[in-house]
Amino acid sequence: MLDALLTLVIVLLKIVALLVPLMVAVAYLTFAERKIIGYIQGRVGPLHVGPRGWLQPIADAVKLIFKEIIIPAGANRFLFLLAPMLAMGPSIAAWAVMPFGDNLYVTDIDAGLLYVLAVTSLSVYGIIIAGWASNSKYAFLGALRSAAQVVSYEIAMGFALVGVLLAAGSMNLREIVLSQEGSLLHWFWLPLLPLFVVYFIAGLAETNRAPFDLAEGESEIVAGFHVEYSGMSFGVFFLAEYANMILISMLTSLMFLGGWLSPFQGIPLLESLFSWVPGIVWLLLKTSFFLLLFLWIRATFPRYRYDQLMRLGWKILIPITIVWLLVVGAAVVGGLGPWFDGA
Amino acid sequence: MKALGRFFKSLFLLELLQGLRLTGRYLLDRKVTIIYPEEKTPQSPRFRGLHAQRRYPGGEERCIACKLCEAICPAMAITIEAEPRQDGSRRTSRYDIDLSKCIFCGFCEESCPVDAIVETRVFEYFGEKRSDLVKSKKDLLEVGAQHEAQIAADRAQDAPYR
Repeated sequence: MLDALLTLVIVLLKIVALLVPLMVAVAYLTFAERKIIGYIQGRVGPLHVGPRGWLQPIADAVKLIFKEIIIPAGANRFLFLLAPMLAMGPSIAAWAVMPFGDNLYVTDIDAGLLYVLAVTSLSVYGIIIAGWASNSKYAFLGALRSAAQVVSYEIAMGFALVGVLLAAGSMNLREIVLSQEGSLLHWFWLPLLPLFVVYFIAGLAETNRAPFDLAEGESEIVAGFHVEYSGMSFGVFFLAEYANMILISMLTSLMFLGGWLSPFQGIPLLESLFSWVPGIVWLLLKTSFFLLLFLWIRATFPRYRYDQLMRLGWKILIPITIVWLLVVGAAVVGGLGPWFDGA
Repeated sequence: MKALGRFFKSLFLLELLQGLRLTGRYLLDRKVTIIYPEEKTPQSPRFRGLHAQRRYPGGEERCIACKLCEAICPAMAITIEAEPRQDGSRRTSRYDIDLSKCIFCGFCEESCPVDAIVETRVFEYFGEKRSDLVKSKKDLLEVGAQHEAQIAADRAQDAPYR
């Protein structure tokens, strides 16, 4: 009995140790977004709240928390309030299997990658239900777009992950990273380069980020699925979107850029010089790089038209992944070095 | 062949990378923002902001109530009433500028034969109600007294071109 209680407390502590930094990261990701997009547009971004604007996300959060949550008269009350939680739940739950280092994880399950794919797919329900429950035409259009988009890009994403599974021979995220051990060139980005690019593009679409942000489409459908949401109910959608962004970035670095492995592995002098750096630092650096890419892309590209979006997903990304799956399959069977000759 | 070139360009995301390179350069470029209350843009000596009435160094007000400014004002923002003062000189008894009508064209300043009505560099003024934006003779003379040094310097700098 006491044992079970102790386990529960330890698990809870682990969850807190994961979620608190995650929420802080989300808050400061919004700050980074405003700063970086501002810089790209020749502006300086938020500057006045706190030293050089560093307290801006805190001020934003406080503002959102104290705002009134308005429920439209025609909305389905229950579903309207359920939707943000459905959007938030999966994007937090997926973090459970994230390994941050060789022995640094909340849980270590064998089908980790499958679990991540399954759980992140659920988050689209939050968007669809939000759009439907709002009883507003813009919200509904946004939800429809989002549903079709996420379902289409799920396939390309799934195929890209199949490539990773073939290459690593495991669904456990920790083992996927460990199978990339060796050097910078042993990481999967090289043999799986097309899948790497496809995965990242599909990741952009999955998180409804620009240039695939048709579900929000400020200029056409106001704000899309969350047009009727205000205060913290909107804030939860916001948190979910940014938590998803970090999740996708971290998954990409785990699967294609060797996770917590040092980039100097296998280089005689530098390896010993940087061996004191803990693995999590490398993982976070790689993740930040992809997050920067998310923001950079948002500041650069205009939104896709809907038919272009579908064309890209079905006629380009999926064929590329299928072709490259054959290539990877052949390489694995043939034991092509230096990646697949070990097993 | 051309179609093939385009195909490879889009397949390898070459154009997208070019776009990213361009925005990446702007990311590192110098920023153009002027952090307003702390920093301000440079102003011309001909800047046309809030109006002021000037006085001669001796203290006598310049305005002789010729009403040229009232006549030329395209927005009809100026209202003047005049009567002889006790010493017999011609002066305004009322000189109102409605800043909510004024378009800051500077014609009043240009038409004035004695440089009495001028526009200063002040642009950060406000009114809490509409009537606050109707400036009376007293208000205008106050503005003039407050900024006389700047006003005189600006007129002197612009003198060769007038």
